[in-house]
Amino acid sequence: MSLGTTYPTHWRRPPRMLRDRRWRLVVQGAALVYLVLAVGSLDIEWSRVVEGLARGQAFVEGFLQPDFTSRWGDIRQGLIESLTMTLTATVVGVLISVPIGIGGARNLVPAPVYAVCRTIIAVSRSLQEIIIAIFLVAMFGFGPLAGFMTLSFASIGFIAKLLAEDIEECDVHQIEAVRATGASWWQVLHYAIQPQVMPRLIGLSMYRLDINFRESAVIGIVGAGGIGATLNTAIDRYEYDSAGAILLIVIVIVMLSEYGSSYLRRFLQ
Amino acid sequence: MKPSLVNTAEPATYAQIWTFRTPRARLALWVGWLALVALFVYCWQVMNAETMWVFVADAPTQAADIGSRMWPPSLSYLPELMKPLWDTLNIATLGTLGGVIMAVPVAFLAARNTTPSVALIRPLALWVIVASRSINSLIWALLLVAIIGPGLLAGVVAIALRSIGFVGKLLYEAIEETDIRQVEAVSATGASAMQRLNYAIVPQILPAFWGITMFRWDINIRESTILGLVGAGGIGLKLQSSINVLAWPQVATILLLILGTVIVSEWISARVRHAIL
Amino acid sequence: MLELQQLSKTYATGDTALQDVSFMVPRGQVAGLIGPSGAGKSTLIRCINRLVDPSAGRILLGETDLAQVGRAELRRQRRRIGMIFQEYALVERLTVMENVLSGRLGYVPFWRSFTRRFPGHDIENAYRLLDRVGLLEKADKRADALSGGQRQRVGIARALAQEPALLLVDEPTASLDPKTSRQIMRLIIEICDERELPAIVNIHDVPLAQQFMHRIIGLREGAVVFDGAPAALDEAVLGDIYGAEDWTAMRREHEEDQAAEADATRRVAEVAR
Repeated sequence: MSLGTTYPTHWRRPPRMLRDRRWRLVVQGAALVYLVLAVGSLDIEWSRVVEGLARGQAFVEGFLQPDFTSRWGDIRQGLIESLTMTLTATVVGVLISVPIGIGGARNLVPAPVYAVCRTIIAVSRSLQEIIIAIFLVAMFGFGPLAGFMTLSFASIGFIAKLLAEDIEECDVHQIEAVRATGASWWQVLHYAIQPQVMPRLIGLSMYRLDINFRESAVIGIVGAGGIGATLNTAIDRYEYDSAGAILLIVIVIVMLSEYGSSYLRRFLQ
Repeated sequence: MKPSLVNTAEPATYAQIWTFRTPRARLALWVGWLALVALFVYCWQVMNAETMWVFVADAPTQAADIGSRMWPPSLSYLPELMKPLWDTLNIATLGTLGGVIMAVPVAFLAARNTTPSVALIRPLALWVIVASRSINSLIWALLLVAIIGPGLLAGVVAIALRSIGFVGKLLYEAIEETDIRQVEAVSATGASAMQRLNYAIVPQILPAFWGITMFRWDINIRESTILGLVGAGGIGLKLQSSINVLAWPQVATILLLILGTVIVSEWISARVRHAIL
Repeated sequence: MLELQQLSKTYATGDTALQDVSFMVPRGQVAGLIGPSGAGKSTLIRCINRLVDPSAGRILLGETDLAQVGRAELRRQRRRIGMIFQEYALVERLTVMENVLSGRLGYVPFWRSFTRRFPGHDIENAYRLLDRVGLLEKADKRADALSGGQRQRVGIARALAQEPALLLVDEPTASLDPKTSRQIMRLIIEICDERELPAIVNIHDVPLAQQFMHRIIGLREGAVVFDGAPAALDEAVLGDIYGAEDWTAMRREHEEDQAAEADATRRVAEVAR
């Protein structure tokens, strides 16, 4: 023990990242410069913003006092389109995803199949729903069929990727054990892979159902049918009370489907 | 007395049929699948009641037509896209910044262990999170363009509003998972509520916070590329105008640029998250 | 000086954790609290600094009844009570120094703690304490980079940084190996002697308690069943506290541990020779 020693009266926490002081200054300076440039590029027209505040207030009021009745016919039609395309697109999406997901699992298939399936997944994932919708509307015409195609296509990338990762993470011992009994490829799939992956697949499908509904509210903006088209019209006409009603319906349905899917997942396990 | 291991009374008989589930559970399962198929068929018919199948039959020709017009992409258009791309990056970054700033207090109000009132404030904060999450940024942009006019600001605010729910949800889950013993130890020194946040909770959630922020930034880059479709600025504006005049080679260029940006941002985000964790 | 009078705690679930516990700990005394798990040792310690609110009774630290104080006063009182935890309970992602300085949180305003600009004498004292527990070089390390024994030393330094009038120690050695356990226990006793600190130590390891404590309090089902010198702790009393069967099993386990340790020491000595 050191009795006579004196101890420092200053302490500063050592920096966690960028221990060199100069580098820290450079990075902080660069961040500041970027922030100034970025905010400057916004080019805000304050008079327009102030003018908008009144409209913003109108929207908030519309949201608090939603008007379900005056556009009910349109809302109902949009909802039916959204819900039907959500369900059909999820079912078709899952059906197509399963073979692609299996094909995208490195531990199950030969390299060429793997490459093809992974390419399909990558293409589907990197394209935004709305961009796909624009093209599909141009090809199939306006209406929910284009929306259905969009959502199916987008579901493939999502489910197949996660499914493939799941299969790759499967317990190797179980696969080996089943293979060791002399099982064929199909039997391995059925007895070793399916039991391990099935609960996750159901969970993923429920999650995707949820996402597809939310997306169905968006792709209507470019003409792919559904509640998004109704919403777009309502906002274009400055009918904020109807828009508020639509948004509330969307929020409630999303909440319900979240509760429902977590309940169903618990029930199935 | 020990029970005898060998049952000598009579030879056991075993069932010759083995099934994975009880007959009842299997029936329920089959009925469930059947109901799903019926629902699918019904939905399909309702959805396609007004579909013009003539157009659908024509789709492959249309696709081939658009495809041939898109190739080759017009590279001379690329310089013109740099300013909109810069705008898009700014929308995503500033929007993420704004969203995170708003999401942090919401997350602390929503987490069971930091909320001032479980009965009143927590449900309110959760409602904010759900509302923000349910509404896509494109819809937020649609609304904001109508309210504050077209431009980058609408895009930034739209991205920020959408980010609140995402960041808020993941962050409040991280807060609820913090180690209670560390919090208890700091309380035991006589720390105030704010000091408890600062010393016990924030250090524990900081890595999760940066991870979530980078993750959301990556998603926001993706989403901000299309906000221009409804007038909220960025590269989407160019996409919209090119589609309107049917300038397909330009459309192809824009799509390729978007694709490249998304891949780069995903790479950056993954690298940064990897470095943090 | 700490005095408990008829301290009782009944949880909302209806479980009675403490009933009418009364005793006094004078200056400089280290009292060991022993008893089977579920006897209410942890609840008792947590009642004293009100991490758990007692249902009835008085907790007198000096003149103040801790059971009655309001929020602001509780904060002021807590800083007089240092606590050392079973799993160290350091803030893992903060530096060792920040962990020690967090003992001063009750004394400094928020902005000072937020900017980590603690008063000079606090920092000087924190360095002195780190030196005392033998971790001066580790001040800038993160807490999660330390070993179990080192972490517990930081925990001790944090408690002492509060300049406490009372030390509460909750199973300080439960997650440590036997050798480190004895070092930590010795350190706690030395420090209490140096500062004439009264302390209450929860401890499940009876031989360790007999070796180090000044006084032993035996708890069973929330009531005090023994209170006296470690030497007075005989088989009959321990059978009473733990239940005869459990006690025999514990004793045998301990003897095996000691034999194994002695064996290991002998072998190491042989190898060294």
